[in-house]
Amino acid sequence: MSYTFQEIQEAIQAQFGNEVVVSENIALQQPQLTLTKESVKDVCLFLRDDARFFFDQLSCLTALDNGPAKNTLEVIYHLYSIPFNLSFIVKVETERGDGKEQLPEIPSVAGVWRTADWHEREAFDMYGIKFSGHPDLRRILLPADWEGYPLRKDYTEQEYYHGIKVAY
Amino acid sequence: MSLLDHKFGQGGIVVSQLEDVLNWARLSSLFPMSFGLACCAIEMMQTFTSGYDLDRFGIIPRPSPRQSDVMIVAGTVTFKMADRIRRLYEQMPEPRYVISMGSCSNCGGPYWEHGYHVVKGVDRIVPVDIYVPGCPPRPEALIGGFLKLQEKIRRETLVAPKAVERFLANHTAEQIQS
Repeated sequence: MSYTFQEIQEAIQAQFGNEVVVSENIALQQPQLTLTKESVKDVCLFLRDDARFFFDQLSCLTALDNGPAKNTLEVIYHLYSIPFNLSFIVKVETERGDGKEQLPEIPSVAGVWRTADWHEREAFDMYGIKFSGHPDLRRILLPADWEGYPLRKDYTEQEYYHGIKVAY
Repeated sequence: MSLLDHKFGQGGIVVSQLEDVLNWARLSSLFPMSFGLACCAIEMMQTFTSGYDLDRFGIIPRPSPRQSDVMIVAGTVTFKMADRIRRLYEQMPEPRYVISMGSCSNCGGPYWEHGYHVVKGVDRIVPVDIYVPGCPPRPEALIGGFLKLQEKIRRETLVAPKAVERFLANHTAEQIQS
C-alpha cells in the first residue's frame, strides 16, 4: 500500500489536529509539510511507529537560513520508509535569534532516530539552532571555541583565532 | 654531490670543509614526517612509492616527529588543525625544515576568500622553507621541492647567519645590551 502526501498529511491531522500543520506546499516536485515546532517530535515519532508508514529512516536533517530580512530559519527533515518505499518531507520554521546569546530552540528528534544526533549537531554548528533534548549538543566540525555560526547569511568571521589572522 | 667530485684514494684522506661534510650528511638523509592533510597527501604518498624512488635521495618517511627532519604540510590547513600542526613542528628536533605543498598550505588556495575555516597559508603558523606550487602538485613537483631544499641546506653555514653578522657590524655592544 503506497500512501500519497495528502493521505500522510490527513493521518497526521487526524492524530494531532489541524493546528500542528502550519502550511503545506504540494506544488513542488517534493511536497513539503511545515509543522509547528512544538509538535515536530511527536509527529516524527508517530510517523516512525505508525504501521501504515514506518518512516524508520531519517535520510537527512538539515537547516536553511532565510536571511535577516525574513528573520526565519528552517529545519528540514527528509524521512524515508524502508518497508514501504515512502518518502516524506517535514519542515519547521523558527525565528533566527541574534545568533549570539539568543538561539532558536527546536525539539530534538535524536530520540526518534539516532541519525539525527550528528545531523542536529551539524545544524547547531552551522546555523546556531539549539535542539532541546539533544543528548550531546556540541559543535561537530568547527573547533569548540569558534565564534559564530558560519552558514547564517549575516555571518562575519572573527578577526583572529588563537592568534592567527583569519582573513586573507 | 659537490663533495665527492674530487679525486679520492690519496691515503684514504679527503680534505674538505667541516660545513660541507655536515651539510652533505644532512641533505642526504632528509627524513620527512608521515603527515598529510588533504588531497595533496595522496600525491605525497604517491611520491613515496617505489615508482618515484625517493630512497635515492635518502628520503624515507618517518612515523614520528621526533625522528623527522622535514615536515611536508600537504593539504588544507584548517584552524582546527593549526594548533596540532604547531605542536608537531615543535616536537621535531633541530635542524628542522618545512615544505609547504600545494596552494592551500601556501596561501589558502581556493579557500582564500570564503574559507572562514582555512588558515591562509601555513607560514602564519610555522616558518616555511620551500613552497611547492600546484593544486595538487605532481610528484615531480614535490621532488623538485626536495631538491630545492637540498640546495638550501647545501648553502647553510655554521657561523652566524648573515643577518646576525650585519646586525653585529651595525651595532655597538652597549646598543645590543640596552
